[in-house]
Amino acid sequence: MATVNELQKIASQVRRDIVRMVTASKSGHPGGSLGSTDIMTVLFFNEMKQDPKTWTRDAKGQDAFILSAGHMAPVYYSVLARAGYFPKEELGTLRKFGSRLQGHPSVERGLPGIFLPSGSLGQGLAAAAGIALGKKLDKEDNNVYVLCGDGESEEGEIWESGMFAVHHKLDNLIAMTDVNGQQIDGPTSSVAAIAPLDQKWKAFGWNVIEADGNDIQAIMDAFAMAKANKGSGKPTMILFKTEMGHGVDFMAGTHKWHGKAPSPEQCAEAMKQLEETLGDF
Amino acid sequence: MKKYIDSGKIDTRSGFGVGLYEAGKADPRVVALTADLKGSLKMDQFAAEFPDRFIQCGIAESNMVGVAAGLAVTGKIPFIGSFAEFVSGRVYDQVRQEVGYGHTNVKIASSHAGITLGEDGATHQTMEDIALMRAIPGMGVINPCDFNQTKQATIAAAKYDGPVYLRFGRPSWPNFTPDEPFEIGKAYIMNEGSDVTIIACGHLVWESIKAAEALEAEGISAEVINIATIKPLDEAAVLASALKTKAVVVAEEHNSAGGIGELVAGVLAKSAPTPMEFLNGEDKWGQSGTPAELLAAYGLDAAHIVLAAKKAIARK
Repeated sequence: MATVNELQKIASQVRRDIVRMVTASKSGHPGGSLGSTDIMTVLFFNEMKQDPKTWTRDAKGQDAFILSAGHMAPVYYSVLARAGYFPKEELGTLRKFGSRLQGHPSVERGLPGIFLPSGSLGQGLAAAAGIALGKKLDKEDNNVYVLCGDGESEEGEIWESGMFAVHHKLDNLIAMTDVNGQQIDGPTSSVAAIAPLDQKWKAFGWNVIEADGNDIQAIMDAFAMAKANKGSGKPTMILFKTEMGHGVDFMAGTHKWHGKAPSPEQCAEAMKQLEETLGDF
Repeated sequence: MKKYIDSGKIDTRSGFGVGLYEAGKADPRVVALTADLKGSLKMDQFAAEFPDRFIQCGIAESNMVGVAAGLAVTGKIPFIGSFAEFVSGRVYDQVRQEVGYGHTNVKIASSHAGITLGEDGATHQTMEDIALMRAIPGMGVINPCDFNQTKQATIAAAKYDGPVYLRFGRPSWPNFTPDEPFEIGKAYIMNEGSDVTIIACGHLVWESIKAAEALEAEGISAEVINIATIKPLDEAAVLASALKTKAVVVAEEHNSAGGIGELVAGVLAKSAPTPMEFLNGEDKWGQSGTPAELLAAYGLDAAHIVLAAKKAIARK
């Protein structure tokens, strides 16, 4: 078990990685990655039973994770590298020709830690439900985690999966929605009537937990509650309220950094705000 | 010519149902999913014998594709079954990302394909699915011709390591091939001939045999090839036959765009340009009617294949 302080230090390094990766590739999605960094850090460094040394794509005997909102690849790649799935030096290859770190997660080049591709939205919850069902069929006790976006929840398939997971009693499925209230064209409330997510998921029959997704302790508590739900026959949806671009003042709280790379000067400015704790790649 | 006897009309989807049950009996990794079409896909026997491995998804095909990909990650061999349109066009993006690009071992059981679906009309008469599925890198595409071959192709698909789109149909149809193991990637030479080659898949293989019999009565020797596996295509068999007969007819229950006509033409254009005639949906929508009425109206029955064969021969 890691302490809150240790996890905060890792999260700071992950945020440095995200900004530096996206700056180096001159493209990518820093906003959502920065906002969900604390969730992903707790997940990979404290929560999941997954060992990079014995990881296999069939997830046998281990927990599994699916990033449904595939554009948040930078944070995914950073936590995977920092957790030991591949050398951190590889982070500098994001989106470059020949890299295993494709613009959106891919299994084509065999990057350890990735189970299925994502990028076309709304598909990860179904995939995670399938892995969770496979584990039930195999009488395995492990959990399956999946991270979706709130804007992504406008996709109809998310709600198809919402019905499926309840019908098949997948209480080994812990879904998370990164509720940052932003999407490409502006605040989610200005784009589609996706709110209220809590009431929607409750009406679908899910065990719903709400937590501050930028508070390490609150995230840890939310996962503990999710796991206590096991045996209820209900899947869990954790609605993590986050701030897009969290940790870098000029990127925070706006959709403008959804899919834009910082300039080298902006990157340098961001680095002043984020402590280097584990050594840059 | 070689004699084919119809051992009794039966739908190809029933062949899938029997094949699925046999595959499930042979391998506990086989699981079956449907989107509220268990009966139509003839999955009842599998569901009754292996209730834990039968997964009802409700009318939600997109989710079904994703669930199947997830199950495949855990080592299962999922067969997802629905009408052709709903497991191809409706879920193209899910199949593309989670099955194709995801390299998952998912088998797509696509029933009620083509114009012979009949009375339901054009909304359900998928004539574009071969094009869509062929276009996905790494996707195997199989369209067997009768009950026996559909059963055997299902068993073969379960053993094949990789995604497969298995296309079959709704109507009762002659059952005339031997009940023997199906070889993925092999073109089946149904009849050897010297004047013209007729290439077909699915229900139109029977029409092609009937056409060859009629041609024989007029002294024309027709070779009939059941292409069966559309991807990967048995290019050698196609090429050898075209070089021998020097005239080719391709018949399919599919639109002209992206079907087996274009596929065969692409192979021949590279190394053996040959006069060809094409029988297909010709970029038109289907309509309600009996399978026989529709095959005649859209120029896909034996009589039209005979005419096309003569046209191809005349162009030599």
